[in-house]
Amino acid sequence: MNLAELPALLGRHVLSVLATMGHATVFFVDLVRHVPESLRRFGLTVAQIHAIGDRSVVIIAASGATVGLVLALQGYYTLSRYGSAEQLGLLVALAMMREMGPVITALLFAGRAGTSLTAEIGLMKAGEQLAAMEMMAIDPRVRVLAPRFIAGVISMPLLGAIFSAVGVLAAYVVGVIMIGIDSGAFWSAMQDGVDIFKDLGNGIVKTIVFGVASTFVAVYIGYESEATPEGVAQATTRTVVVSSLAVLSLDFILTALMFSTH
Amino acid sequence: MTKRESETLVGLFVLVGILAIVFLALKAANLVSFSFDSTYTLLARFDNVGGLKAQAPVKSAGVTVGRIASISFDNRTFQGLVTMNIDRQYSFPVDSSAKILTAGLLGDNYLGIDPGGDDKNLQPGDTIKMVQSAVVLENLIGQFLYNKAGEPPAKEGSSSK
Repeated sequence: MNLAELPALLGRHVLSVLATMGHATVFFVDLVRHVPESLRRFGLTVAQIHAIGDRSVVIIAASGATVGLVLALQGYYTLSRYGSAEQLGLLVALAMMREMGPVITALLFAGRAGTSLTAEIGLMKAGEQLAAMEMMAIDPRVRVLAPRFIAGVISMPLLGAIFSAVGVLAAYVVGVIMIGIDSGAFWSAMQDGVDIFKDLGNGIVKTIVFGVASTFVAVYIGYESEATPEGVAQATTRTVVVSSLAVLSLDFILTALMFSTH
Repeated sequence: MTKRESETLVGLFVLVGILAIVFLALKAANLVSFSFDSTYTLLARFDNVGGLKAQAPVKSAGVTVGRIASISFDNRTFQGLVTMNIDRQYSFPVDSSAKILTAGLLGDNYLGIDPGGDDKNLQPGDTIKMVQSAVVLENLIGQFLYNKAGEPPAKEGSSSK
């Protein structure tokens, strides 16, 4: 390869990245525009919430419990060195609401629900079901894509809240029942340090943003997947990679905006 | 699974999710004590605000009566201007004094109000005149060393002050 081609190569790459981003943005705006129309047939969304939300509850609750248990044990180890073990509740509650809840839920959500969305939409496309719908003058964006998108956006905050709540309860089990921290001190330290808007509110905002991001990525990649078995397989993998990276980088930006000092 | 069953499950899921948020709000973030009660502002100028931060509690007799709204630098008096929001249900005499205290040995700073004995109460926007700044450890040590140097050398066997 000759050296003079390098700028062209770089330029082509940058242009293709920009084109993909632009295409995704147009698709996003288009999808959001079809949300109201899709909401009129809410039954479709309810069925999707069942598929995306309900069936994720068990894995989300189990992960929340494990994270809460481990965080409480590890936190106690460090806090007891400074004689402030009763701050354990605060430590776990803040970690859960601010970071763990939103991020781990979103990562699990991408793996558990995002992949199934991508695979389903990809296979619909491969089986030419979407094309068939268009033939019947049914807009697949209204009938297929938007209900899944809405369901994901509704499910994520609820799943995140379940994750955090179960984690806090698990920390209570470890801290108060197993280790023997005073129950009153456990809760009062938590209530003293957790702000309803700054911590809980921002955590919920995070889960909503992650819900939008990871569901959109899943739907978009599924819709744009190649209509072959390999194409669907690759799209499913790409969904996990892209939405995980999107969630982690969005989390950094949101944390910097929300929790940096004033 | 019939449609009705899945709808029931969705309803339950949404209910559990909302319950989780309510649990976090009530039990962890203590929504109950969150007051939408109106507050009024008081001001105080300190030579040194130390580690006092916005949102730190304002206490009187150990009870939280308000929060610090903001801390800024007053460029005319070269002092720290502390603005605090006091719950409207509490009022303090005009000759009350404010001091910056520390919770425990290593705890956060908070503002303590010692009520005075005047008949008239502080009105919204008033300034607390009598203040006591935060204790800065470096100044204390500096003062101690300065006093030490001023003393005549201690005789052998006598206890130092």
